[in-house]
Amino acid sequence: MEALLHQIFSGLANGCIYGSIALALVMIYQATHHLNFAQGEMATFSTFIAWALIQRGMPYWVAFALTFGISFAAGLLIQRVILRPVEKAPVLTNVNVFIGLLLIFNACSGWIFDHTVKAFPSPFPQESILKTAYFSAHEMGSFLVMLAVLLSLYAFFRFTPVGLAMRAAAQNPESARLVGIRVSWMLAVGWGFAAAIGSVAGMMVAPSVFLDPNMMAGILLYGFASALLGGVDNPWGAVIGGMIVGVLENLLGAYVIGTELKLTVALVLIVGTLTLMPAGLFGKRVVTRV
Amino acid sequence: MSRTRWVWIGWALLLVAAVVLPFLVKNYRVFQFNLVLVYAVAILGLNILTGFNGQISLGHGAFYAIGAYGAAVLMDRVGMPYWATLPLAGVLCFVLGFLMGFPALRLAGHYLAVATLGLALAVPQLLKYKHLEAYTGGVQGIVLVKPDPPFTFRFLGQPFNADRWLYFFTLAVTIVMFVLAWNLLRGRVGRALIAIRDHPIAAAVMGINLPLFKSLTFGVSAAFTGVAGALGAIVIAFVSPDSFLITLSIFLLVGMVVGGLASIPGAFFGAIFIQFVPNIADELSKSAPAAIYGVLLIVLMYLMPTGVMGMVRKLWARWQPGAARLRVNVNPGAPVPVSPDLTKESTT
Repeated sequence: MEALLHQIFSGLANGCIYGSIALALVMIYQATHHLNFAQGEMATFSTFIAWALIQRGMPYWVAFALTFGISFAAGLLIQRVILRPVEKAPVLTNVNVFIGLLLIFNACSGWIFDHTVKAFPSPFPQESILKTAYFSAHEMGSFLVMLAVLLSLYAFFRFTPVGLAMRAAAQNPESARLVGIRVSWMLAVGWGFAAAIGSVAGMMVAPSVFLDPNMMAGILLYGFASALLGGVDNPWGAVIGGMIVGVLENLLGAYVIGTELKLTVALVLIVGTLTLMPAGLFGKRVVTRV
Repeated sequence: MSRTRWVWIGWALLLVAAVVLPFLVKNYRVFQFNLVLVYAVAILGLNILTGFNGQISLGHGAFYAIGAYGAAVLMDRVGMPYWATLPLAGVLCFVLGFLMGFPALRLAGHYLAVATLGLALAVPQLLKYKHLEAYTGGVQGIVLVKPDPPFTFRFLGQPFNADRWLYFFTLAVTIVMFVLAWNLLRGRVGRALIAIRDHPIAAAVMGINLPLFKSLTFGVSAAFTGVAGALGAIVIAFVSPDSFLITLSIFLLVGMVVGGLASIPGAFFGAIFIQFVPNIADELSKSAPAAIYGVLLIVLMYLMPTGVMGMVRKLWARWQPGAARLRVNVNPGAPVPVSPDLTKESTT
């Protein structure tokens, strides 16, 4: 029983990471109806930036905030420069551009910071008040950080004019443009947020999986599974989907199939969700008129 | 001389060049040419699915891996001759691709891309799985023996050795696969696939059985790539899970886009590209090939969305004013039937 609870709670901690990657995916999906295949590699690159800053002797939280800012600006810039020209292009063009971005970021991580596996520091000391019976200090800490990110995002979208404009731009671009919202810029801000959330997820997961250029490949797949399970157009669904996937992954890994087939679990989840309930748990059912 | 005769002479010259080529270069180059042919077949398979039928796959490396492992297991554990493994690998991948095609029916665009990406990530893990180790050899993979040539001679000072024999074997298989694909795609079936890609509803109205065609296309495409994988295993004489990572799937995609979407000969250009560009770029840095691929994918999407073959066709049309005029005159008022263009603006 003790072990089971431990598995569940550590699953929840992992689930937070998956949930936040899923949230980043949903942010972009809501506005553009595209799934960003480069999300994982962007997060990895951000984490490398944080690592470099910390290596230079910068205090952890300063580096954290700086990385958040840099990632936001980079995400915004990528949308403006690279994705704007293909905003209205068909799906295959977009997928190719995303794959191109994935390759570039992956290669740059390896090129600039080389391919050796690096340890990434955790800001939460092992023996602190955060350590409880079922969570390690880092698990609890990253849980709280992700929660803070989620709540501030919620507050941003709910209570600020820019947040309102972004929601309008995502829901009804034509009408939003008519009332004077610069829809294309709102998409760029959405990209900025997605990149920044990704960077937080990267920094939180790096201490437990270690930092290397391919760190995020599997996590991105879990992010996709979470987003699709929760409903790809629902931010809350994405977070809850992440929790479910995290717990499921841990329980299946510990009791049913072992840890060697983790990615197959994600594959089965993705294909199963898409085939059996394409809208996910909390998504909007899409009906197309022929 | 008539046009058809020129075409035949062109093909004959090409064939002579292909036959003489392996005797003009060193052994290692022959090995690289073998891989070019293998990749050409794999890219052709992907192109049937993505270029002609519009179903995006980021996971064709998985079918390549299954074909390769199928051949390796049959040769190593069952003791089957190498040439007999190709059709079996093709059939195996056809069945698996057909089954993968069933969920794919409900998925379109990005969703299919995600599902196939998952497939590509999961397959190397499955190949390492300990309960399959008796067949797959686990992390170690399987070491094969290169088949000996049935006879030997010297030509232009070069011996007819295992690699050169494999070159001709691969060339023959490649020609067969390309002729098969050409026959499949130029007629009724090919038009149906393109119709499904461009306008699924209209295609259904015209009486095309969408589910059947899409699953079958998935199967055929997987079979092509599986045969390529089996050939690849024979040519390299080694398979291991780490040779079939997600990068393989992405490289196949890059090769397809570079060569030209929905173009049969384009597969060759794509294959040459993914075989030789990394060799050159490697000298710069280990990460350089991927970076170049990434930049190129994006730049191509902006500037040359139809790839090398699209460019060739465009230049060809410019050099032949008569042909261009003919195209317009056949059907006044209708849009000019240019090469299939997946990258046109869509309103959906």
